Amino acid sequence: MRLRLVRRDTASRMAMIAAPVAALVLSCLASLILFALLGKPAGAALYALLLKPFLTWYSFSEVLLKMTPLLLIAQGLAIGFRANVFNIGAEGQFIIGAICASALPVWYPDGAVPMMLPAMIVAGALGGMAYALIAAVLRTRFGASEILVTLMMSLIAVQILNYLLLGPWKDPRGFNFPQSVMFPGNALLPILLPGTRTTIAFAFALIASALAYLMMQHHFRGYQLRTAGLAPRAAGYAGFNAPGMVLLSLALGGLAAGLAGASEVAGPLGQLQRSVSSGYGYAAIIVAYLGGLNPIGIVASSFLISVIYIGGDSATVSAALPVAAVEVFQGFLLVFYLLTFTSIRYRIEVASPQGSGAR
Amino acid sequence: MSALEFLLAGTLAAALPLLLAALGEMVVERTGVLNLGLEGMMALGAVIAFICVYHSGSHILGFAVAALVSAAFAMIFAGLVLGVRANEVAAGLAIGVLGLGLSALFGKTYESQTIKGLPDFGLPLLSNIPVIGPTLLTQDLVVWLTIIGTVVLWYVLNKTKLGLIITAVGENSVAARAIGYPVVAIRCAAVAFGGAMCGLAGAYAATVYTPLWADGMIAGRGWIALALVVFGTWQTGRVAFGAVLFGLLSIGQLSVQAMGVALPSQLLSSLPYLATILMLVVISRRRMSLG
Repeated sequence: MRLRLVRRDTASRMAMIAAPVAALVLSCLASLILFALLGKPAGAALYALLLKPFLTWYSFSEVLLKMTPLLLIAQGLAIGFRANVFNIGAEGQFIIGAICASALPVWYPDGAVPMMLPAMIVAGALGGMAYALIAAVLRTRFGASEILVTLMMSLIAVQILNYLLLGPWKDPRGFNFPQSVMFPGNALLPILLPGTRTTIAFAFALIASALAYLMMQHHFRGYQLRTAGLAPRAAGYAGFNAPGMVLLSLALGGLAAGLAGASEVAGPLGQLQRSVSSGYGYAAIIVAYLGGLNPIGIVASSFLISVIYIGGDSATVSAALPVAAVEVFQGFLLVFYLLTFTSIRYRIEVASPQGSGAR
Repeated sequence: MSALEFLLAGTLAAALPLLLAALGEMVVERTGVLNLGLEGMMALGAVIAFICVYHSGSHILGFAVAALVSAAFAMIFAGLVLGVRANEVAAGLAIGVLGLGLSALFGKTYESQTIKGLPDFGLPLLSNIPVIGPTLLTQDLVVWLTIIGTVVLWYVLNKTKLGLIITAVGENSVAARAIGYPVVAIRCAAVAFGGAMCGLAGAYAATVYTPLWADGMIAGRGWIALALVVFGTWQTGRVAFGAVLFGLLSIGQLSVQAMGVALPSQLLSSLPYLATILMLVVISRRRMSLG
């Protein structure tokens, strides 16, 4: 008698929920052990990381603020991931979006441009999209791996940002800090929740989630994208346009990341800074997977990751944890999620000597 | 020291962490696996090596422990990708993030601490050659060992049966399995080797190149190493050439600034990535036209 792993044909709905929950529990356990080994107050750290953000209205609103870029980017990325198009350069598309959106207020710091804010948002979204489309064209035209190209493009985007902020776009009265001028009032997004920093970009992110849901679950285009991911050859026989799928995936991913970049400079930052992204583009990949690449799941996972970000800030004070603890926790989450989610897709079967049940 | 001497003396040391990590990843990719977690594995190796050298004073111990820990860490990736067949891009990024976080967490109490590096020494006789003798031919022990190691790796990959098996597993895993090679075990070993090489690369960066602990000290070298594998088209010699070129570029940036040339340093920093995209387009295009 032998035991063997057999892949299930479809992941059950229960598994979609059970996997992230199990990953969260395992990450908590692993972090508790790690923090305790390092001599940190493990209980206090976890309390700060996961519960403290809910204790005041302001810290909760900060969670929603943090959630905005993560949710936007992850919704865009997940569309591509489901079609097996691996855009891992959202970081770069975010930065280019932030740069494109900043051009107008940097050139006209007195705000003397009609329709300043809408123009900035459009410029940011289109900039991010154009940047992602470079990788799409190199993939469809020459077959260059979009994984590596988008990654390289991200690293180049960081250098473009550095060049602008250390050179032509540096605030002349900024004490030599690598940041742009502060934007005028008409270049800033309206606040959504009074008394907080949460802007209407949060509403954009929720609308984008609804659109992603409608497209992926109820539109023929979403069906084509999902088929391209699950069964590329079937998609080919069905005559679905493969290059078109790559272009669409990267365009939407770049658009969402660019929009998120624009919302960040026109939102909580109010200027272009070197740390404009603080790793949102990479964290959003974790968010997308943790949400099961499902538009509704991503809303939940982006919320969870934002809670950890805000909790991490308070943990640095109350539990003397370095900021890196947040990164460690995120890393654990993704590792355990990949483990639990893929494990749930298998079931253990007793293989009979005749070998029935083998594939 | 003239700019030329500065370049001759510093290029190999700057190239070394890139070369070590890239050679490891090259072997991984040759077996048909892509591990994007280089940056994290290097950062973990760096902090482990630094802590070992800080407390023991032994570089040998530091390098050995860093290699072992990073190889063990890479086994998380192997378990996810080869074990439960999780998505390879996501798994690579996961251990990348985790490695960076662990590195910062472990290194927290060592911030700004320094240790002793390794002495440089010249090759007998050859180091008497003017100009290149005291510069290019005077390096630390790790550089000399890595040059020997690179030649050995080239030999193993290109002239031995093991090298042939690795190629077979990467190019046609179904056929390799049919012949009876343990595909998963070979890939697993390659991932462990890649992890160990990243550990060594991190150890060199943290305990020899700049023997001082600062968070984020890997500073994107893992990404450059990843680019280097593509730039070198998965060939040992070309990867080594690329590493020297990228090393020269990073050192050259300093001397260009020192000479006051009005070339934005960001452009030089971007060159490895631009060159890699170009190379990727050229080789992919050739592969496409071959069918």
